[in-house]
Amino acid sequence: MLRYILRRLLLAIPTLLAVLTVIFFIVRVAPGDPATAALGDYASAEAVAAMRERMGLNEPLWKQYLTFLADLARGDLGRSLITGKPISEQISFVLPYTVELAIAAIVVGLILGVPIGVITALRRNTLIDDIGRIVSLVGLSLPAFYLGIILMFVFAVKLGLLPSVGSAPFSNPGKHLQHVILPALALGLIETAYMARMTRSVMMGILSDDFIRTARAKGLTERMVLIRHALRAGLIPIVSLTGIFAISLIGSSVVVEEVFARPGLGRLMVGATKQRDYTALQSIMVVYSLIIIVINLMTDIIYTFVDPRVRID
Amino acid sequence: MAQAAATASALAGPRLISQRQRAWRTFRQNRTAVAGLVLIILIVAVALAAPLLAPADPTAQSIRMRLQAPSWANPLGRDDYGRDILSRVIYGTRVALQVGILSVLLGGAVGTAIGVIAGYFGGRIEAMLMRLVDILLSFPDLITGLLVVAVLGPGLGKLILAIGLTIAPRFARLAHGPTLSVKKRDFVEAARALGVGNGRILRVHILPNVLGELIVLGSLWTASAIRLEASLSFIGLGVPPPTPTWGQMIRDGTIYLTDAPLYAIGPGLALLITVLAFNLVGDGLRDVLDPRSRA
Repeated sequence: MLRYILRRLLLAIPTLLAVLTVIFFIVRVAPGDPATAALGDYASAEAVAAMRERMGLNEPLWKQYLTFLADLARGDLGRSLITGKPISEQISFVLPYTVELAIAAIVVGLILGVPIGVITALRRNTLIDDIGRIVSLVGLSLPAFYLGIILMFVFAVKLGLLPSVGSAPFSNPGKHLQHVILPALALGLIETAYMARMTRSVMMGILSDDFIRTARAKGLTERMVLIRHALRAGLIPIVSLTGIFAISLIGSSVVVEEVFARPGLGRLMVGATKQRDYTALQSIMVVYSLIIIVINLMTDIIYTFVDPRVRID
Repeated sequence: MAQAAATASALAGPRLISQRQRAWRTFRQNRTAVAGLVLIILIVAVALAAPLLAPADPTAQSIRMRLQAPSWANPLGRDDYGRDILSRVIYGTRVALQVGILSVLLGGAVGTAIGVIAGYFGGRIEAMLMRLVDILLSFPDLITGLLVVAVLGPGLGKLILAIGLTIAPRFARLAHGPTLSVKKRDFVEAARALGVGNGRILRVHILPNVLGELIVLGSLWTASAIRLEASLSFIGLGVPPPTPTWGQMIRDGTIYLTDAPLYAIGPGLALLITVLAFNLVGDGLRDVLDPRSRA
């Protein structure tokens, strides 16, 4: 297993390198001088020139690129253009908040979405199926930030059950958890819609397969057919779908963090975008790529557990 | 062409219907898809007739009437500048549709061109282009969108460009696969043997064969592009004020959720209905193209 993981990590290196290259060049084509951005529009020409020198902007592009990679290899994500502080400090502060939110949302999506998908597949073309289909299409069309606002309106403003915005530190678990519920639901309910829809079509495909007919023919009860055969086969695509959804969740978390004024990687990126803090932006993108690579790796590892046909060596 | 088709239908009798007619019949049977299409037509009408439909000037401020509750004159109330919220929702349709449709046309054209050219010519260009496409695809669209907006800066045109570029890789991926299989088919070989140029082969033989799926993707991505535009303006990185956009209104309205809930919820509803309409049509089109996917 360990060897498999190591090999996968090694295989991820060229991908990561390609991603880093793309990010480096995208950020470099941005108009506006980073030194001017750091010092403000009223800085003197000498100050800007000195700043450019200090930031290494006068070096040739290939040298900047190599410096960028070398710094990353040492785990140095650089300093914010605006505050001058190491970006890794901010990232390590907000990252747990985003990870926690994403995990909570995935749990919501799986707990609600998979059963709904299975039930609507079993009861196809009934009222339950129609309702499920319409609700999931509405869910697919609902922007996460708008669902967040509706949840906030109902549960925080009208009912007063949960706090509306902000967050509490991890050291205060009770309060902390209260602040997670609404954002996690906003993301999770939308994932539920996707999950239910995908699970439904996966299960409908499986239920019409030959091995299900065989299982029925040999006299298994419908329950056993479902549990022993259909669900087990369905688990495999559901694992890879969960991986895909986890990545899309990371994207939607940006707006949900904005709605609930929650610390997180997404809000950090929004702030960096607004301030045109290109070094911060670059580092945040690096972290996002790492997250995506980790999610894909985890999906593959879980895959080997649920699908005995996939061998890890 | 028309003559040949006429002869063919004369030979086969009146029951022979064209592919397009059959597609329309399948689409028409899908009630939710037709509902989506009707909604889209209505939404486009609202955008075009905004000056006639809006009860007030969407940018006319009146501080004295700040956050006034809904009334007959202002069904959704007034916002924090005293502007009529309903009129702003109606005018917001314009930005949503403009960005949604133009960015998909742009992204679709660029992406399809990349996918088809990469697939058709193959070799090192293909490897490089598709690698780049896969890298861009591995990121969630909102994050790619944010990055491009950060680079390009604010404004309606730049927003369309940013969302178009975010969407383009999806079209490239989708157009690439069919191109690979179509280019090996006999009629392409035959065309090449006849000395038909690459440009004409691409236009006449390859493109029509990938177009169907691209239209489905186009409809679904118009929905996503509108959502993306709303997300970016919600974050505060969309079309700058005073142009009314739904995302911006929702953002401003969230602050007044207690006193004027319709300020945020009204434009959000318009956004939801619009996105849903395009998703419904995309879903219906997919069923037309792939009858097996129908339940």
